[in-house]
Amino acid sequence: MQTIDLEAEGLRHLNATLHAQAENTNQTAWEVLNPRGSHAIACGLDAPIEVTVKGSTGYYCAGMNKQATVNVHGSAGPGVAENMMSGTVVIEGDASQYAGATGHGGTLVIKGNASSRCGISMKGIDIVVHGNVGHMSAFMAQSGNLVVCGDAGDALGDSIYEARLFVRGSVKSLGADCIEKDMRPEHLEILRDLLEKGGCDAKPEEFKRYGSARQLYNFNIDNAY
Amino acid sequence: MCGIVGLFLKDKSLESKLGEMLTDMLITMTDRGPDSAGIAIYGQNSQGTAKLTVQSDASEEAFEGLDARLTDMLGAPVSMSVKDTHAVLEMPADKIESARSALSEMDGNIRVMSMGDIIEIYKGVGLPKDVAARFEIAQMSGSHGIGHTRMATESAVTTMGAHPFNTGSDQCLVHNGSLSNHNSLRRKLRREGVRIDTENDSEVAAAYLTWKMQNGATLGEALEDSLDDLDGFFTFVVGTKDGFGVVRDPIACKPAVMAETDDYVAFGSEYRALVNLPGIENARVWEPEPATVYFWNH
Repeated sequence: MQTIDLEAEGLRHLNATLHAQAENTNQTAWEVLNPRGSHAIACGLDAPIEVTVKGSTGYYCAGMNKQATVNVHGSAGPGVAENMMSGTVVIEGDASQYAGATGHGGTLVIKGNASSRCGISMKGIDIVVHGNVGHMSAFMAQSGNLVVCGDAGDALGDSIYEARLFVRGSVKSLGADCIEKDMRPEHLEILRDLLEKGGCDAKPEEFKRYGSARQLYNFNIDNAY
Repeated sequence: MCGIVGLFLKDKSLESKLGEMLTDMLITMTDRGPDSAGIAIYGQNSQGTAKLTVQSDASEEAFEGLDARLTDMLGAPVSMSVKDTHAVLEMPADKIESARSALSEMDGNIRVMSMGDIIEIYKGVGLPKDVAARFEIAQMSGSHGIGHTRMATESAVTTMGAHPFNTGSDQCLVHNGSLSNHNSLRRKLRREGVRIDTENDSEVAAAYLTWKMQNGATLGEALEDSLDDLDGFFTFVVGTKDGFGVVRDPIACKPAVMAETDDYVAFGSEYRALVNLPGIENARVWEPEPATVYFWNH
């Protein structure tokens, strides 16, 4: 286990060291001490390493992540795992607004609650939230899965494209063109898998599925150029 | 972008450290607002007195003998303590309005930063650490306080444009965001006789709350109404003589984190502003919900 004290060594040193890890590094386990809400911790990683942050993080933790596993033993500030490509990010506490925004792949697990705009414009990422998500979550979501074990706030899935949204609790309101859909056997299968990946003991049968009604302007072929 | 910090103490034994804790929080928020900064401190006063905190760019001449001049003019004792470009004038509470008009007629371009029984507001252009040091904020004690680091969007970088804004006795407001209907609302409030000194959007929000409260609303009700009448982005933190409130607009894209323990309620634009507070590891930490009014009273 390699340990970096962020307060003593600074953010540039931390991220440069993590970036320097090659595909076949044998230093696979890293621990970051004293994050104290700092920004951009463990951003832009691209190696199969495991980074554990001992405390809460500020803006953009684990942004653009590829391959790496990042565990935050605390809460995460705005934009955690933004534009993630692959790998896994696990937040033990809560996540602030736009968690997993624009993510192309990988898995983001939030064990507490996520704030507003969780999964905004998601493009293939899987997001599993043990608690609730705030308003405008999955806004313009294009692909991937958002699983919410608690409740969803206002305007869930507004202007959604093809992402799947699974919510166990209540949905305060659905956004434009987002509707409840049948939970077919293949969806239960996908959801079972996601719940297992996210370490949730919830049952797939307890969830409802939401997705696009495909009625907005851009879904009408007559509006195509 | 701007930075907000706020601290409302429940444990009286922490009051001597209010300025120190708030200064530390404020400096952490420097990169959210490096152009100017301000702090409101709710401290102590003597029985029956009130305070005017005033500022002048030519403070040496303007404050020379100011207490004696005011004492003469008002026929009541006025004491003064000068801190850099600011001075706190303490006088019998019933003389405060006449003192304010007397000041506006004097030479030296003396501007009123705050008025109230216990509030003192210090603000200025420059890095938060320099502003805090200039006014020795870290040495101040009090029951609650609010600080702001400004990155200007809607009006010039000046002392008058810095937050907090005080538009009614012991009231103050700081703002992160921008309002789009402040010009029409300013005209409306001025027609109603509300005093607004600057072209700053946030001062209009402060004046709006004051106007609502003058018309019988509680601070909580005034904040509720602001959600209907103010158009734009905002996270507000407001202070009154014995209270501390928070509200965010319904979109809530301006950040806000709160922490509460048995000893205090704290506000920060980011969590890192709160990390040095005592017992933060075990505090309840949460983000205030959009369009929801939070309020604490002593």
